Amino acid sequence: MAVLLLIWAAVGLGAGILFADSLSSYRIGGFPLGFWFAQQGSILVFVALILAYAVIMNRLDRKHHEDLEMAARADAGADRLDAARAAVEGAGRTAGGTP
Amino acid sequence: MSLQAWTFLIVGFTFAIYLVIAWLSRVRDTRGFYVAGQGIPASANGMATAADWMSAASFLSMAGLISTMGYAGSMYLMGWTGGYVLLALLLAPYLRKFGHFTVPDFIGDRYSSNTARVVAVVCAVFISFTYVAGQMRGVGIVFSRFLEVDVNVGVYVGVAIVFVYATLGGMKGITWTQVAQYWVLITAFLTPAIAISLDLMGTPIPQIGLGGALADGTPLLEKLDLIHADLGFASYTQPFVGSWDKLNVFCVTLALMAGTAGLPHVIVRFYTVRTVAAARWSAFWAILFIALLYLTAPAVGAFARYTMLDGLHGRAASELPEWFHKWEKTGLILWLDDGDGRVAYTGPARAEENELFRSGTLSPAAVADLRADHQRWLDGTGGRDGRVELRQAGLSGPDNDIIVLATPEMARLANWIIALVAAGGLAAALSTASGLLLVISSSVAHDLYYRILNPRATEAQRLMVGRTVIGFAVVVAGFLGIYPPGFVSQVVAFAFGLAASSFFPVIVLGIFSRRIGTVPAITGMVVGVVFTASYILGSLYGGMPPWAFGIGPQGIGVVGMALNFAVTIAMTPFFPAPNETVQRLILSIREPEGAGPGLEIERAAEAD
Repeated sequence: MAVLLLIWAAVGLGAGILFADSLSSYRIGGFPLGFWFAQQGSILVFVALILAYAVIMNRLDRKHHEDLEMAARADAGADRLDAARAAVEGAGRTAGGTP
Repeated sequence: MSLQAWTFLIVGFTFAIYLVIAWLSRVRDTRGFYVAGQGIPASANGMATAADWMSAASFLSMAGLISTMGYAGSMYLMGWTGGYVLLALLLAPYLRKFGHFTVPDFIGDRYSSNTARVVAVVCAVFISFTYVAGQMRGVGIVFSRFLEVDVNVGVYVGVAIVFVYATLGGMKGITWTQVAQYWVLITAFLTPAIAISLDLMGTPIPQIGLGGALADGTPLLEKLDLIHADLGFASYTQPFVGSWDKLNVFCVTLALMAGTAGLPHVIVRFYTVRTVAAARWSAFWAILFIALLYLTAPAVGAFARYTMLDGLHGRAASELPEWFHKWEKTGLILWLDDGDGRVAYTGPARAEENELFRSGTLSPAAVADLRADHQRWLDGTGGRDGRVELRQAGLSGPDNDIIVLATPEMARLANWIIALVAAGGLAAALSTASGLLLVISSSVAHDLYYRILNPRATEAQRLMVGRTVIGFAVVVAGFLGIYPPGFVSQVVAFAFGLAASSFFPVIVLGIFSRRIGTVPAITGMVVGVVFTASYILGSLYGGMPPWAFGIGPQGIGVVGMALNFAVTIAMTPFFPAPNETVQRLILSIREPEGAGPGLEIERAAEAD
């Protein structure tokens, strides 16, 4: 997320505004570079950023989901193990109680 | 068929579509009324968000502003799109996870305070009403231009249409009509752009045409810069010439970005999707659909600028293009000759020679008087040079709104395309107006009435109150459209500054920090918005000079936002943290979906 925001600032505020005058000495196609960034390039980058964000974050979410599900299953397994042990001990005590 | 007839036909057709959609999406419960039942697919939601977002300002004025301001027009392009990135990354999915109906809802629950809720309601209502006044005015203006009716008649018709589909379908009706309105407006915007690009630059892709070469081989932008220099205008492509210096461009852009992310009617568009993942995709679709228009606007601006300068300057009265005569009648462009029979359109460096003006807020009678006086001056029988008067009134140059409206005529397109542009402008204005009205309605009916005044209200009662409030708000909006609070497009820009200084910090801090408590947040919000509002009002009505680092009222939202952040963070150590319930709420919002049980499992693991 921090990386995405950094790119956002660098292109939108940086290339589009803060460095627009120094970039204007370069050209891309028929455009001065600073002007192009401000009026076209920055918007293209913004679209790409949100695309990247949606893809990456949704993937992270899915992975987190899967981790949680495995943890839940492991816990349920552990619970079953505990219950089984308790049952065995209970049975053992009863069994042990009768001489 | 005449333009008027085509306009009636096409606009009438689009209105019929909206009403049919409204009927098909009528709602029965508050969940449908406020958040469209939370079942809107992500791509459709993206289209609706794009239409909601692109108001009459984006559609009509932006290309015109770019064509007049050149590089500096990028403030609006970058500000309004960059803000989307902030919204998608910092706000949308988390608020969707929160899952309630409105922004004041989130603020009230996060800061466990009805005071916070009420402050949020006041801000939301104020910002939304300011914004919506401009839209209803825009509707009136489009009607008056194309159908040759009075502006107020147009406002009444707009009010009637919105009233029907907003009260019937609430958010659901509004969302699906916005989807339709998106397609109308994007078609209406792109068609003339593609046509003029083909005609002038030989390519149907406007973005490539913008960088292309004219028939004589010179790149368009270079030619524009040359013409600008010749005629005494500041360079078109060079940054920071003219009256927009680096600091102000930076501040206005940043204020627009943060304001975008803080506008209640945009935020609430993310409550209507099914899942958190869908909220993220919805944000992507929205910016893609918005970018379609925003990437084309600079091309429209440049083409129109070139056509206007080339087609008007130095021409004799008999050589003037037809579109010029038509638009002269509306007062959006006026020609006061200096006696040589040729048009001179010059910029600030050659201001005395300029002969093209606009009527601005002058009445048609005042303009006629001025012209008569000017004619007498030309004939040598007394009178005055009208140009001096208009120049001093700041009315040099044609009106910005002429660009988008006149572009189809400059490209000699058929009447039905021009009528389509009218329908597009109306679609843009109505879609935004309805989104804003829903915010106003939900703030009053849901946040004020249900959450504070009458928590025991039944579904039926809440729905009834919601419908009543939105109906009432539409009428008030219409009233504001007929008597606008002056300088409407500027006021819209100010609404952004207010949103940036009030909502943006308090929501971002609320999501990402568990420590920020109630009192610091409320104080920060109040300080930010009061500072920004008084600075703006002081500059507009009190003649106050821009004392804050030379930043003008359009960019001052940045300072207000900084104040909000600073005050809130500084006060936090002295006030208690939010309670356990709220802290868990925050954690659950930040966890990915379905992690409620995950939280318990992790806690249990720690307890071992």
